[in-house]
Amino acid sequence: MDQPSASRVNDFALKVATVNGTGSASANGLLLQALFRMGIPVSGKNVFPSNIQGLPTWYEIRVNKDGYTARSPEFQLIVAMNPESYARDIEDVVSGGWVLYDSTKELNHEFRRDDVTFIGVPLARMCVDQFEGARTRILMKNVMYVGALVALLDIDMAVVKGMVEEKFSHKKRLIDANYQAIDLGYNYVRERFDHPLPIRLETMDANGKSVIITGNAAAALGCVYAGATVGAWYPITPSTSLMDGFTEYCHRFRVDPDTGKHNFCIIQAEDELAAAGMVIGAAWMGARSFTPTSGPGISLMSEFIGLAYYAEVPSVFFDVQRTGPSTGMPTRTQQGDLLLCAYASHGDTKHIVLFPADPKECFEFAVKAFDLAERFQTPTFVLLDLDIGMNDWVIPQLEWDDSYVQDRGKVLSAQELDDIERFYRYLDTDGDFVAARTLPGVHPKGAYFTRGSGHDKYGRYTEDSDAYVEVMDRLLKKVESAGDHVPAPEVHRGNAAASHGIISLGGCHWAVLEARDDLASRGIEVDYLRVRGFPFNEVVEDFLEEHDTIFIVEQNRDQQLRKLLINETECPKEKLVSVTYYGGQPLSKGHVLEGLAPFLEKTLMEVGS
Amino acid sequence: MSYITKPVARHPRMPVNALGLTARDYEGSMSTLCAGCGHDSVTAALIQAFFELDVEPHRLAKLSGIGCSSKTPTYFVRDAHGFNSVHGRMPSIAAGANAANKDLLYVGISGDGDSLSIGLGQLCHAIRRNVNMLYVMENNGVYGLTKGQFSASADIGSTSKGGVANRQGPINPVDLALSLGATFVARSFSGDKGQLVPILKAGMSHSGFAFIDVISPCVTFNDHKGSTKSYAHTREHMHEVIETDFVPLRAEIKTAYAEGSVKAVTMHDGSVVRLRKVDDKYNASDRGAVLEYLTEVRGRGEIATGLLYLEEGGEDMHGFENTVDTPLVKVPYETLCPGSGALSDLQKEWR
Ligand SMILES: Cc1ncc(C[n+]2csc(CCOP(=O)(O)OP(=O)(O)O)c2C)c(N)n1
Ligand code: SF4
Ligand SMILES: [Mg+2]
Repeated sequence: MDQPSASRVNDFALKVATVNGTGSASANGLLLQALFRMGIPVSGKNVFPSNIQGLPTWYEIRVNKDGYTARSPEFQLIVAMNPESYARDIEDVVSGGWVLYDSTKELNHEFRRDDVTFIGVPLARMCVDQFEGARTRILMKNVMYVGALVALLDIDMAVVKGMVEEKFSHKKRLIDANYQAIDLGYNYVRERFDHPLPIRLETMDANGKSVIITGNAAAALGCVYAGATVGAWYPITPSTSLMDGFTEYCHRFRVDPDTGKHNFCIIQAEDELAAAGMVIGAAWMGARSFTPTSGPGISLMSEFIGLAYYAEVPSVFFDVQRTGPSTGMPTRTQQGDLLLCAYASHGDTKHIVLFPADPKECFEFAVKAFDLAERFQTPTFVLLDLDIGMNDWVIPQLEWDDSYVQDRGKVLSAQELDDIERFYRYLDTDGDFVAARTLPGVHPKGAYFTRGSGHDKYGRYTEDSDAYVEVMDRLLKKVESAGDHVPAPEVHRGNAAASHGIISLGGCHWAVLEARDDLASRGIEVDYLRVRGFPFNEVVEDFLEEHDTIFIVEQNRDQQLRKLLINETECPKEKLVSVTYYGGQPLSKGHVLEGLAPFLEKTLMEVGS
Repeated sequence: MSYITKPVARHPRMPVNALGLTARDYEGSMSTLCAGCGHDSVTAALIQAFFELDVEPHRLAKLSGIGCSSKTPTYFVRDAHGFNSVHGRMPSIAAGANAANKDLLYVGISGDGDSLSIGLGQLCHAIRRNVNMLYVMENNGVYGLTKGQFSASADIGSTSKGGVANRQGPINPVDLALSLGATFVARSFSGDKGQLVPILKAGMSHSGFAFIDVISPCVTFNDHKGSTKSYAHTREHMHEVIETDFVPLRAEIKTAYAEGSVKAVTMHDGSVVRLRKVDDKYNASDRGAVLEYLTEVRGRGEIATGLLYLEEGGEDMHGFENTVDTPLVKVPYETLCPGSGALSDLQKEWR
């Protein structure tokens, strides 16, 4: 039996199982924030149904003193609040773990396990005894399990109560009710059960300069700081909160103090096609514009993306990926849109794609995306996923450099247009594959015709083979040259020259880092490169060449990153071993180790592990 | 090659407008449409309207979707900024462009295929959003560019060139626009420049979405006997319910109408649109009555034309969105970026 030992202080995972629409989210948020304020590295993952009310939902919290915050599927503690999902929830606790449940109703014998400890607290009954009104009772039941956990896990009560006070600072009545619920849960456990449990918390100092934030909020802030003024969108999980964030921050930072008018325009479009069109129209006029969406939206936008590519209109697309194909599992995560975004639209196209691994990079890459889009006058994608976009992450606080200057690329001013003989929209005059553009209304000489139909380098309609090919060849070189300007790959090397390497991207990063350290502790060195942008550049090419075997770790069925590497680098495909997990949960260390195991077995045996 | 540059020849005695430009300066490259195509006449009317309105060419944004009609922005105002987008999606490009730069003048050209089939959704939502632009739908009852299939505006019983009668009911763009709350709704005919030009000018002066359904016959695929979108049929059945006279800002009112039959509407830019009722019963500011009247006219097999409905002073997209008066493209970055101090203050709430 795998007994969680005493050494599991600040090192365990718990899962709260509730029913969605019952207000448990705020209780779980409270819990996460309390652990954060205790200075302990922590992560929270929301596993929720595509439904508004009444279905099972889970919130997973992992604390890890060493800072590993990838998802851990091994739960030492389950807070089982939903009888509907008791069976699977109780099954999910590791042997030797604990189940905290509502004992108002006796637990069905079927669910009993001998190898776990059951902690029954009559939450519903205490709520009925102490509180009035159905809604209050439901809400207070959530707060009450937080109280029970304070005792079981040794959470700092002062921190919890301090947060309640902050949250309800203008509703004194609610503070009292919350305190009462917390105390009821807390005291019930203290009086009847061994506490704290061997899995417990101790105050640390790991979060001094950190914040709790979602990737969508961070990306939205990036758009504000990049100076985006036009946002167009159509609601879709898991991207909706990105536009909610942009709206919130614009109302906070972009309202003219004298007139109350908006220095921004957010348009809720009729569908994603229209959203893409609006982004392109605004960008054509010279505004920094963007749309947040998810895979289904990118599918719909594809025709427009090709137009923006061919007519060279800078435009920014955030794809917060969810599980496909089709509607798929809208509230589960995946990295299934890599190929879709890299080559979106018919005909020969290729796009700049950025792969943030956490909210910090969502913020930075959002800004970068606008700079790249304008510099290279082309659609630019930022690929988040549900895990990064919607879950709570503890990250170093976001920094802004006030000396930042927007990279608007080559945009001719009225003065510059005055000085030139004639302007030709698609003429590359200095050999860097980017032709200068003009903005409508600036100067009579700047007028040209933007079109998705065949055009020559002068911007004229053409059906001439050579004239068409000339422009298409320049476009290819232009986008490829962006490879040296996308965020550079992050490379981790061991002490010795390793023959094995891992290449991964996005949110896989945290599980890969943990797996790599795990292997290193067993004497196996594996180098690691995280691609942060597409097109790939020399650094990726060199890494591929330096290693005999490279594991490509990603979250989709079809090995999309591996295929992109085969497609876009010189590396022979035999060297690239695929490690995929695509079940819809964030990647965990186990997935990586499992994937690597067959190939590392020999090495493992040699090291004698 | 279908791009033909037209030589710009100026006659010394050609009239000039307030900007010192001649009508020639409002032309574009040579049309490559079929000789006699209605769309070319609409282009000619647009050229005249822009010339007479003293539009600064580079301050005009001309947009279109895909189709023969959507090709036409190349054929007028060569020094305007053009955007030939994708099939049926011009309204969204126009909305985004207008959101970013409200200072320019916007004209969108579309076809009945572009607007009523693939692009029906975008048209409807541009109307709802009241994007400030002139929207000209060149209506020929067919998809010209893909060789004559019926479009959604084809009337029941109208026959194709091959003699097949259309059996599905049409989408009536004027009724549609009215029912969606459009504030400027007109119907005209490419063959009646006298009627079309003042309506185009009024549409450009309207603040909000100005929708004009222009019957514009396709000589190649839909101008035969049996078609209800042919020149002959349109001429024969056209029923002008209202005459439009456009009086630019500060100009003298010349046309004299009988007392009582004229309604003058002052537009957002100060110009005046004078509407003369040809039919006594008509009331161009009563949406319900207009719809009822149009149904009655249609019942008689007639095609009502004129500036059918006008409501000035409504809120446009920028009003709904409460955007600043300065076009967003001109708001300096310093105003847009909150700076490092604001970022660290904000994050205090996330601990
Ligand atoms: C996505 C897409 N589907 C189909 C087409 C082919 N297509 C080009 S124009 C057209 C119809 C145009 O009809 P209309 O708007 O009435 O213009 P007209 O040629 O009659 O002026 C079609 C179906 C296209 N360009 N794009
Ligand atoms: S096919 Fe019809 S619509 Fe197209 S150019 Fe010819 S006449 Fe005009
Ligand atoms: Mg047509």
